[in-house]
Amino acid sequence: MDGGFTQAFGEALSMLARLDSGVLEIVALSLKVSLTSVLLAGFIGLPLAAMLALHRFAGRQGIIVLFSALMGLPPVLLGLIVYLLLSRSGPLGVLGLLYTPTAMIIAQTLLVLPIITALGQRVIASLWEEYAELMRSLQVRGWRLIGAMLFEARFALMTVMLAAFGRAIAEVGAVMIVGGNINHFTRVMTTAIALETSRGNLALAVALGCVLLALALLVNILVHVLTKLSGEKGALAT
Amino acid sequence: MKRRLFVCLLALLFLFPAWMSTAWVSPARAGESIILQSTTSTQNSGLLDWLLPKFTQRTGITVKVVAVGTGQALKNAARGDGDVVLVHARKAEEAFLKAGHGVDRRDVMYNDFVIVCPKNDPAGIRGMKSAAAALRRIAETKTPFVSRGDDSGTHKKELALWKQAGIDPHPASGTWYREAGRGMGATLNMAVAMGACTLTDRATWISHENRGDLTIVVEGDPALFNQYGVMLVNPKRHPHVKVKAARAFIDWLTGPEGQKLIAQYRLRGQQLFFPNAGKEH
Repeated sequence: MDGGFTQAFGEALSMLARLDSGVLEIVALSLKVSLTSVLLAGFIGLPLAAMLALHRFAGRQGIIVLFSALMGLPPVLLGLIVYLLLSRSGPLGVLGLLYTPTAMIIAQTLLVLPIITALGQRVIASLWEEYAELMRSLQVRGWRLIGAMLFEARFALMTVMLAAFGRAIAEVGAVMIVGGNINHFTRVMTTAIALETSRGNLALAVALGCVLLALALLVNILVHVLTKLSGEKGALAT
Repeated sequence: MKRRLFVCLLALLFLFPAWMSTAWVSPARAGESIILQSTTSTQNSGLLDWLLPKFTQRTGITVKVVAVGTGQALKNAARGDGDVVLVHARKAEEAFLKAGHGVDRRDVMYNDFVIVCPKNDPAGIRGMKSAAAALRRIAETKTPFVSRGDDSGTHKKELALWKQAGIDPHPASGTWYREAGRGMGATLNMAVAMGACTLTDRATWISHENRGDLTIVVEGDPALFNQYGVMLVNPKRHPHVKVKAARAFIDWLTGPEGQKLIAQYRLRGQQLFFPNAGKEH
């Protein structure tokens, strides 16, 4: 433990420098699982968010509150629920999905869906105040309205997606339970950190944590730069 | 121009995972694979990382390890989430067999548990021959003790030792008796940080990097014996169990090659596990 911190950061740097193949594999799977989850949740959550923001129907307020509350869903609880569903003795057991990357994607998609829906709804609702009259005068309705508003809100929604990505890439509770932390198969950054901590390899655990942080930073920089390039107003700053 | 860039960004974001998804089933799914529900001690000690590649090389069968406490491993396997179980809690294993969840239990290897404490030996138990008596002294001196508290094999052993000592530590839970509810490695980390005593299997102890001020104070009591057993998840109850590959693994592990490799696994100059398949003890 002596000089634990300096040792840890030294190790992190050297790991990044030699791009350790074991670490690369884990990094790649982390990205795969979390990005896929966020995109899937975006496909479902963004239209849902627009619908909740633009259309008035019975039970709407209830659904909005429910999704807001579910943003605080503990990953470990969600993991447990998905485990019970996918377990061989569970209702979806025949699919044999437990302890696969697919199971991890299912769990993380469900985890970030409330974030995308609840935050997305707020973004679009506030933008709607600005656009309501224009859209009415252009007689844009239904799915076309949802599409148009999603496009107009794209920069702020990108921030929402990044928040969701942050949640997905950082969570350990759900992927640990449904993925099983299987070496070369379902081991991601966070479960690897948990494993190295339990092995007492605290330096290596911190090193992996630094890699995870660098990764999150990289994805954010990428999206930020690309959005800046493609858009005018620094909408990401909101 | 701006719009085109934005479309490019979107396309990139969508294509990236699609491209990656093509690769994620490659190595592990190449041949047949089985799921092994096992304990943290076999994984944390590095034993499985040493054994499994050699088994895969010989048979082409990949073994996917889910490493949890013995209690959870048995429960997962009882639900059918696994093909083979490798755990260390004889009584719980027998209950598992009796309930029809598993078949064909075999001894694989053994080592022993040890009691570790800070070097200054706050409970004054160094060198005691009886683990139960040592625990009694810990309770009497109210020396901090970290329990696994997770229904693992080690936890079951610890509870059996308390029973033998005639003491129920649970009323003291939260004071000197601290239930971690975590794996062996995490529990050792906590004991290091608190300057507490704990019960650990010797394999995890030897392989654990972060030992701080802790040292072995009690060892060698026959009650500290730690037997590992392997079982096949009952294919009659769970028809998806890959019987042939799972049996190949059990046969290999308890056969000459697996046994020899277990004996060969050394860390810091010490043998961690002692093979004893097919032997009476």
